[in-house]
Amino acid sequence: MNRRVGLVIVSHSAKLAEGVVELAQQMAPEVRILAAGGLPENGGLGTDLDTVSAALERADDGEGVVLLYDLGSAQMIAELAVEVLGDPGRAVVVDAPLAEGAVAAAVSAQGGSTLDEVADAAATATAFAIGETVDELFLGANGHDHGHGHDHGQPSSSGLVELDIELRNEIGLHARPAALLARAVAELDVEASVRFGDQEVSAASVLALMGLGARGGDTITLRAVGPDAQEALTRVAALAERGFDE
Amino acid sequence: MGCSTEDLVAALRAAAEVVIDHRDELVELDRLIGDADHGENLRRGFTAVVSTMDGGGWSGPASVLKAVAKTLISTVGGAAGPLYGTAFLRAGAALDGRAELDAPAVATALRAALDGVLARGKAEPGDKTMVDALTPAVQAAEAAAAQGADVVATLSAAAGAAADGAAATVPLVARKGRASYLGERSAGHLDPGARSTSLLLTALATHAGGAR
Repeated sequence: MNRRVGLVIVSHSAKLAEGVVELAQQMAPEVRILAAGGLPENGGLGTDLDTVSAALERADDGEGVVLLYDLGSAQMIAELAVEVLGDPGRAVVVDAPLAEGAVAAAVSAQGGSTLDEVADAAATATAFAIGETVDELFLGANGHDHGHGHDHGQPSSSGLVELDIELRNEIGLHARPAALLARAVAELDVEASVRFGDQEVSAASVLALMGLGARGGDTITLRAVGPDAQEALTRVAALAERGFDE
Repeated sequence: MGCSTEDLVAALRAAAEVVIDHRDELVELDRLIGDADHGENLRRGFTAVVSTMDGGGWSGPASVLKAVAKTLISTVGGAAGPLYGTAFLRAGAALDGRAELDAPAVATALRAALDGVLARGKAEPGDKTMVDALTPAVQAAEAAAAQGADVVATLSAAAGAAADGAAATVPLVARKGRASYLGERSAGHLDPGARSTSLLLTALATHAGGAR
């Protein structure tokens, strides 16, 4: 059983925190995601340090914890919880949109990312990674412009491999399939992107994948570089072949 | 003249009672530019602090200040809870291992408290917050301690500067906290957070000498 970075959702509302946990957990079943919302005595609105500290302890599998929050004083309570922990390397509070950040962090954690990587995934959850990240990704590997002659799984001189993949499931790259794709890539030693139409996004970003709007019957192009590039293509192709198990 | 752990407990209890007595004033100040909860939040929190101070079993000034921090964080709520909680937490951490307080230690603790509030609340001087009372208070305490003042004189210097700093928030336009929602309309009113900080420091200065 691999250890993974945990998540704590700090909210003024117990229901909001639990809802965010439900959403993120669906895409990252093996990550410890804990809700720390509302006040303990009457379930009223507010944030409570002891509640957050307890969640922080339970979420920590030894790999550290990322805390996300909803509003102003929830940030302060989350930061205080880290401060009283006395070990700043064990937990980090991330300024991110709550739902998007939680989903992005959960998928990153599921894929075995480090604390810093999970925190970064949350912090950049809404940076839709169109263009910039991917251009940086392939800057070294892909000197020629976005050549249209696909290699279809055969490595080019740059080490970049590409594969056109038809989405056979009805909803296409919706939340769960996007999470499965991102996780398949995250588990490998590879940098990968998905191109659809004139958009290209990081294959590691669930939200960016969802933002492509690729539906059933559409064809996406997976592009990958790195030691496991070929394996990434194989795994994602198999996923799509199975209709993302839907 | 130093300040023993018992002196500190007595001074904090007295300061808590002053804040409780000023509940209505703080409510009114907060009603004008905020959400009218500062006075009640602090009354609830410092009532709990009085109970905490009745507890005893202190291992030094740091343990007292950390207990106050924990009490305020869990009872005040809103932004003031974590902010005052952080202030007392950091002040306590700065005094770890000391058996009693001298003037330089008081200045060190106040500086740590200010640094904590700045880090936690992200406010700067001039934003019309408690920082506008605490910043000059720390500077005055450091200057007094450097000139050889005792604990009471150091705290008195801090309290005087905090009162001036709080008064100077009146014309300011709020840039942090609930009052910032009012924009220009927040000018012309005393900031309740700066006022409560000033009240606390004044009461601590008055009572830090103990019964001597």
